[in-house]
Amino acid sequence: MKDGVNGVALAVFIFFFLAVTVIGFMASRWRKAENEASLDEWGLGGRSFGTWVTWFLLGGDLYTAYTFVAVPAAIYAAGAAGFFAVPYTILVYPLIFTFLPRLWSVSHKHGYVTTSDFVRGRFGSKGLSLAVALTGILATMPYIALQLVGIQAVLDVMGVGGGETTHWFIRDLPLLIAFAVLAAYTYSSGLRAPALIAFVKDGLIYLVIAVAIIYIPIKLGGFDEIFSKAGEAYAQTNEATGQPRGSLVPGDMGQWGYATLALGSALALFMYPHSITATLSSRSREVIRRNTTILPLYSLMLGLLALLGFMAIAAGIKVDNGQLAIPQLFENMFPDWFAGVAFAAIGIGALVPAAIMSIAAANLFTRNIYKDFIKPDATPAQETKVSKLVSLMVKVGALAFVLTMDKTVAINFQLLGGIWILQTMPALVGGLFTRWFHRWALLAGWAVGMLYGTAAAYGVASPTQKHFGGSSKEIPGIGEIGYIGLTAIVLNIVVVVVLTFVLNALKAPAGVDETSPSDYTADVGDPGVKAELPPATAGAPGGH
Amino acid sequence: MQEETGAKPPTVTPGRVVIALCLIAPFVALLWVSSYARVEPTFIGIPFFYWYQMLWVLISTGLTMIAYVLWRRDQRARKGGASA
Repeated sequence: MKDGVNGVALAVFIFFFLAVTVIGFMASRWRKAENEASLDEWGLGGRSFGTWVTWFLLGGDLYTAYTFVAVPAAIYAAGAAGFFAVPYTILVYPLIFTFLPRLWSVSHKHGYVTTSDFVRGRFGSKGLSLAVALTGILATMPYIALQLVGIQAVLDVMGVGGGETTHWFIRDLPLLIAFAVLAAYTYSSGLRAPALIAFVKDGLIYLVIAVAIIYIPIKLGGFDEIFSKAGEAYAQTNEATGQPRGSLVPGDMGQWGYATLALGSALALFMYPHSITATLSSRSREVIRRNTTILPLYSLMLGLLALLGFMAIAAGIKVDNGQLAIPQLFENMFPDWFAGVAFAAIGIGALVPAAIMSIAAANLFTRNIYKDFIKPDATPAQETKVSKLVSLMVKVGALAFVLTMDKTVAINFQLLGGIWILQTMPALVGGLFTRWFHRWALLAGWAVGMLYGTAAAYGVASPTQKHFGGSSKEIPGIGEIGYIGLTAIVLNIVVVVVLTFVLNALKAPAGVDETSPSDYTADVGDPGVKAELPPATAGAPGGH
Repeated sequence: MQEETGAKPPTVTPGRVVIALCLIAPFVALLWVSSYARVEPTFIGIPFFYWYQMLWVLISTGLTMIAYVLWRRDQRARKGGASA
């Protein structure tokens, strides 16, 4: 790492950061609607986004700064295993294509803002809805914290924030400022702010990747050279484990892990509240389906980005903290001003998802905890107010998390979050297609999946950690190493199916279903589905 | 396509089978890791393992597009059939 502050890079970084801040505040006036007090406005951008806005918003949302730092970092550390992010983000689109238009339709018809709203309406169970909401909030919080880790990595490499000896307040001041600004414009503009900022973020990211993928290999002597150097580096024995550091292609042992991790992560990704929020903000079913055909462009970019991990090895980057590998590569390879652009891309890349995630978590709290359990007669204006405040609290919580605890804690929790959020799948996806599942069976399956997943992850040790050392473990009954989340969801589904048979045989009372089959295919223009702005009463559907 | 009015079109049609195949194909291809876990043949120096998966980004995009077009046609035929 170079000593001192990289002044040029920092100046460029600050320039972009200021530009984005202005955009964030101005966003509140963009496509402003009349019923601005409703949660649909603040929390879903008026459900009015077309194909392009949705593309930038979902892209900016799903491919976070942490992804940009962590995926090449994983490649840098171990090689092939880290590349699972590419099949994972390929597989997510056929899933979205199949499932989310149905969720969009039923949500539009009944004014649902969150997945828990849907689960409550479908199964008539506040308990199940609460379980889904809590899981969503728990899984999202560490994800927000990790966005901060992404910003920190960039600040570290730029030389801002000082060393370990600096007073903590001075060291963390840049991060505090960045987050205060983010919190302020999310509060005032809602989902419109990240939607607009996503344009800047993605423009910068595409620019940086395009340049990096051409410029760096030329400097390093071509891909042949890069991969042969990387291959040598992986073959060397890691002193901590006594095994090679990694490999260029997964061996027989690693293939189950690779496939299950790709599938499990794809299933988890679109269950996350922030993906659902961005999806529901789109204008029609068509927008969602059309987006699944253009969003994979981001996966291509992610694949190219992952290759930077090999380049970091070939360029002889040596960092203790793998997260710093890519920012360091940029600083070593690029002229200062372009390194600044690259850092700005990562930094802004953290702000967009952090904003959407905090809005999604706030919506869950407001709709499914505050309104269902604390104040059932809340008006849409009150809902919006609570949601705005909670979005602030969520961010402060994430900040406290990152500043007071070790970074590995955030990473561990994010790993757990993926396993947890996957356990809401039977209720959500099952509910979209059938009402056969019994609400109590779904709740029991969820509990079993959560417990198994947490316990199994706790038991995974790594050379540096006793617990939560990874997300893969031997699959009971098969004996191969696989993703814990996937094992947990299989267990979950088995419990749900068996208990549903039992409960139906016992004639246990099923909840009231407020949806009808035609709700799941309703589109803009159908009776009861408003083209743009939902009625002001949309905040109080369902007759509770 | 819908000649008799009032009759509900069958749930499973050839078009819908093609849609399903388009959506399932990426899962088969990418979860079958041993089919592509090798270094040769390389492409401009990039091992097969990596460029093959990136190629699948493009293939699956194409397949999803086909599914999208077929689905729209299917929906239009059904709506047209219902109102005719």
